Amino acid sequence: MEKTLDLKFNYTDKKDTRSGFGDGLLEAGRKNPNVVGLCADLIGSLKMGAFQKEFPERFFQTGIAEANMIGIAAGLCISGKIPFTGTFANFSTGRVYDQIRQSVAYSDKNVKICASHAGLTLGEDGATHQILEDLGMMKMLPHMTVINPCDYNQTKAATMAIAEHEGPVYLRFGRPVWPIFTPADQKFEIGKAWKMIDGKDVTIFATGHLVWEAVIAEAMLREEGISAEVINIHTIKPLDEEAILESVAKTGCAVSAEEHQYNGGLGDSIAQTLIRNNPAPLEYVGVDDSFGESGTPTQLLEKYGLNAANIVKAAKKALARK
Amino acid sequence: MEKKSTEQLQEVASQVRRDILRMVHQVQSGHPGASLGCTEFFTALYFDQMKHDKNFNMKGKNEDLFFLSNGHISPVWYSVLARSGYFPIAEMSTFRKLNSRLQGHPATEENLPGIRIASGSLGQGLSVAIGAAQAKKIDGDDRLVYVMMGDGEQEEGQIWEAAMYAAHWKVDNLIATIDLNRQQIDGPTKEIMDLIDLRAKYESFGWEVIDTLQGNNMESVLIGLEKAKNLTGQGKPILNLLHTEMGYGVDFMVGTHKWHGIAPNDQQLADALAQLPETLGDY
Ligand SMILES: Cc1ncc(C[n+]2csc(CCOP(=O)(O)OP(=O)(O)O)c2C)c(N)n1
Ligand SMILES: [Mg+2]
Repeated sequence: MEKTLDLKFNYTDKKDTRSGFGDGLLEAGRKNPNVVGLCADLIGSLKMGAFQKEFPERFFQTGIAEANMIGIAAGLCISGKIPFTGTFANFSTGRVYDQIRQSVAYSDKNVKICASHAGLTLGEDGATHQILEDLGMMKMLPHMTVINPCDYNQTKAATMAIAEHEGPVYLRFGRPVWPIFTPADQKFEIGKAWKMIDGKDVTIFATGHLVWEAVIAEAMLREEGISAEVINIHTIKPLDEEAILESVAKTGCAVSAEEHQYNGGLGDSIAQTLIRNNPAPLEYVGVDDSFGESGTPTQLLEKYGLNAANIVKAAKKALARK
Repeated sequence: MEKKSTEQLQEVASQVRRDILRMVHQVQSGHPGASLGCTEFFTALYFDQMKHDKNFNMKGKNEDLFFLSNGHISPVWYSVLARSGYFPIAEMSTFRKLNSRLQGHPATEENLPGIRIASGSLGQGLSVAIGAAQAKKIDGDDRLVYVMMGDGEQEEGQIWEAAMYAAHWKVDNLIATIDLNRQQIDGPTKEIMDLIDLRAKYESFGWEVIDTLQGNNMESVLIGLEKAKNLTGQGKPILNLLHTEMGYGVDFMVGTHKWHGIAPNDQQLADALAQLPETLGDY
């Protein structure tokens, strides 16, 4: 189906976003000797092996002890190190929430919490590992910056950018191989939304893997004569409210799309922005108060309504409410 | 259930290993390594040691209870549950697939008989088992609670909070087993985070510790479990250090962390199955 559509963005290669993190971390390590890596028995899964190999004196295997890892990272910041912690998104957030809250966020420490295997696209491991609440938990913390890039290139650029940003960051990425449709040489600006496709009838705000689904949805809508604007919200917090309001002032309605619960996700952030400034119809594409389950990424995105077809449906619903 | 001989238990174990490999192969995902390494233990528990009812009841009153803390070794658990009648053996073919009750990691959400709590995020099972054991005490139910954990899993801090608690509260109707395969995801535990001496650690926390030195020998596993049982009711929680080999039973999988969480391909499956007699009939 994708093939016959006239997409505004295309890809020649696919890769997992976690590899973008691994490659970005290596570059950041080469640029800045203060960059330190920590991992809780998931070096292979997080793609931190190359960094470990090149900088063994700046890399710490913590064993399966995530709470300790966050505390160690906070301590490393005291003398100016820039620690990047790596584990699955579930164990990067819920598992260690109070450690992050007190030792990192409240203490405003420069820890980069790097979280792989987020969302349903983790696949067969099932609900115990498929966290869908992490964006909400992290964005609620004062001082915290929350970033969810969409493909390999954007994840790599984001990883390098957060090394230069002072303050705690939550960087979320995933496991599946995914189309690479953003440029390799992009400059990643934290907090600056990227308007990828201009439109006038409805705005699709997407984050993470669902940006690609939004690109497909735009082409599907265009075939039906509906002009959709696609905005890549790679930074959930601080949210680019200006870009959101400017777009909705033009289109008059919107859809949010994310691999996350409705509760606490990107959709909620956008809803708050709209309600306070310019109330407009908004439809959510996300998970509706349910845990995930085992399955292939594609099956799960379909079953839980997180693909292009569902973005199209949501867009039409939003349009009808205008 | 009629008492099985050691030979008969070994036959069950061979079939369980086939089930593990076939499940993981079919979806090309899952954790064969420690599942194979713990096969004798699970077989001994469900086919000999525990008093349990295949007509599953969540409360499990007057039954022995089992909890799996290292939930990633779900294949071995699903196999013994199916083979002892908790659910149809054919259901093993749904492992890790969409809409299955056999989730990647054990879960209660889909109501799979035999499972009492979700696991998969490591380090939580010992606490749960202790709570279940204390509830049995409150109820005057003198059956036992068993829990299995990984050795790498011992790196989680919660385990040590639980270990302290169990001794303090004299939870002596609990038999915890650690799968001492000396491996975890990134490599040997010694290199990743040295556990040094688990016996000394648990003893200093107030536990009674036994070693089952041949965790892949059915006879030894049975002797170890009997010994553990005999030590219950004496004021201390019991730890059974089960010395196993990851991947046991398949020559090219044995003794390495490489098979912690990857599936065999078609040829590897065929080579593996050739080493394991089909004793009870494949699902
Ligand atoms: C809290 C938590 N952190 C990390 C993981 C990822 N993980 C799954 S299995 C595993 C290794 C466990 O080692 P061990 O307990 O020795 O089990 P074995 O590898 O022997 O099966 C890790 C790190 C997890 N499931 N839960
Ligand atoms: Mg182990």
